[in-house]
Amino acid sequence: MELVVPAGSRGALQSAIEAGADVVYLGLRDETNARHFPGLNFSTVELPATVERAHLKGCKVYLAINTYSRAGEWKRWQSAVDAAAESRVDALIAADMAVLEYASRTYPDLRLHLSVQASATNWRALRFYRNHFGIERAVLPRVLSLTQVERLAERNVVPLEVFGFGGLCIMAEGRCLFSSYACGRSPNNYGACSPAEAVEWRQDGEVMETRVGGVLVDRFGEADAAGYPTLCKGRYQVRGKRVHAFEEPVSLNSLELLPRLAKIGIHAIKLEGRQRSPAYVFRMTRIWRAAIDSVQANPDGFSVLEPWKNGLADLAEGQQTVLGAYARVWQ
Amino acid sequence: MRLAIGPVLYFWDRERLLDFYRELAATPVDIVYLGETVCSKRRSLRFPDWLEIGRMLADHGKQVVLSTLTLVEADSEVGQIARVCRNGKFMVEANDAAALDALMETGAPFVGGTGLNIYNAGTLSWLREAGLVRWVPPVEMNGEQIEQIVDEVGMSGKKPEIELFAFGRMPLAYSARCFTARAHGLGKDECGFVCKDYPAGMAADTQEGRPLFTLNGIQTQSAAVVNLLPLWREASESGVDILRLSPLPEGTAELLRRTREAVDSGTVPESPDIPGVVQCNGYWYGRAGLESRGLGREWPAEGIS
Repeated sequence: MELVVPAGSRGALQSAIEAGADVVYLGLRDETNARHFPGLNFSTVELPATVERAHLKGCKVYLAINTYSRAGEWKRWQSAVDAAAESRVDALIAADMAVLEYASRTYPDLRLHLSVQASATNWRALRFYRNHFGIERAVLPRVLSLTQVERLAERNVVPLEVFGFGGLCIMAEGRCLFSSYACGRSPNNYGACSPAEAVEWRQDGEVMETRVGGVLVDRFGEADAAGYPTLCKGRYQVRGKRVHAFEEPVSLNSLELLPRLAKIGIHAIKLEGRQRSPAYVFRMTRIWRAAIDSVQANPDGFSVLEPWKNGLADLAEGQQTVLGAYARVWQ
Repeated sequence: MRLAIGPVLYFWDRERLLDFYRELAATPVDIVYLGETVCSKRRSLRFPDWLEIGRMLADHGKQVVLSTLTLVEADSEVGQIARVCRNGKFMVEANDAAALDALMETGAPFVGGTGLNIYNAGTLSWLREAGLVRWVPPVEMNGEQIEQIVDEVGMSGKKPEIELFAFGRMPLAYSARCFTARAHGLGKDECGFVCKDYPAGMAADTQEGRPLFTLNGIQTQSAAVVNLLPLWREASESGVDILRLSPLPEGTAELLRRTREAVDSGTVPESPDIPGVVQCNGYWYGRAGLESRGLGREWPAEGIS
């Protein structure tokens, strides 16, 4: 079982490798990936040396080119694929059929993974991408229950990668336009959800307001910690009550499911957080490294150790972690 | 310019659905999309019922298209999609790659719905070769992008028909979680079909009273109704062949008639006045989707809280 760790910066990349990542995944410094935030990611110039350094330390590199190429701007996505191939990344993570088709035709030796942004949630969808674009792995959206993941694994259409820890998308990835509805920019059309330039923090007396594109997401009192605003974690008026209509600010944590995920043959665990600091990446990776090693050494005797649990809880958004859609009751 | 009625996105009971389609049969609608695209648990009509409605509409000269489920998880849902794709009579609108897989087995021509992420000429051309004959662009695409793609694909002489999501609440997201059930303190598995009580969805407003979202089971829609009908001429110049109206519980047939008259007489259709409902057209102009330019029904407004 491979541990796939986010690296949004050189520092995070180094932390990930030191903490025991099998793979780091990166994006380029533009709209071709779904974490297009200022100050993050890598330039095409630094990519080859970055990949080489990781390889020297025995760590693989996947490059995410997982947004949808915009009308009339194909060249940017094409150059990104070219850069990936030339830099000898170990796999390309992509969602757009145009990107997958170009990569599979131009670089038949370049390994392709289907990004979570492609929203492939069933065996026929996986088969479609495998048959036509030769994907060798798929990252599953955070909408399936553990039983559904298990069924998909049994079907054995392609090897599967699932999310282990980090931000919890409430909506099926690649199928959420909340951000562009409020501010014009979304993961699909721009590579970012709630982009920094659209986010506002307004202190009004004792109340802190968060807004995206001018739309009020939430109001916090002095005692509350105001998290980075995304529309799906806001509080709205529904049936006369102020509620988290979609979800509270929580993180996904599936550590306790590791033995079962290993047993059903999940090939890789993905950690989320290319926007996170090197220190965050280090702590998260070290815990997951220890847990995966433990489950592989003794699958039946696995238990979640207290320091792991507390360590991940400290990193979690709002200090709360949930199983998300893996647990049917969450749905 | 042809007019289409999209699939009913809400959970309506059998009688309401049958009445709706009987009324539509008498309107000048050209194309009608049928079937459940949001939640497979909703079954006020079974597949044979949908086929029966399809035959009735076809007898009235309408083109009938069967739309498939958008978020497809369970094997039973995959099976149902394959069944729809093999119906042998009506064209199918694919809203997920599962449907693409099933359609390519049959070799039948198909419509690429808003649920597919077709954002560029490369993807559209590839799907064109796979059998796509009509494309409904993602609702967040702007007019210039659609025109650009039409131009690029048109150069190969293989432009598919373009159908614009021109009226109705826009689907914005799909989730494993049912938000209508959640608002009632229920999980999806014990939802009790509460969405049946919300034939136009459930409002979710910001804390300052701005209508923002409409909860419709596992789907979340815009609170604002997108209205691109007054822009039909501009859309036509951008390559749009068909305007899609997404059904609301009231006034859809009447709006369709008025739109037909306006298009035929070369005039701008008057925007319908839906009490308490904001309208928007921001995406068309490359802006935030909820923005409104020249519609005069944006928030904050008189009578809209």
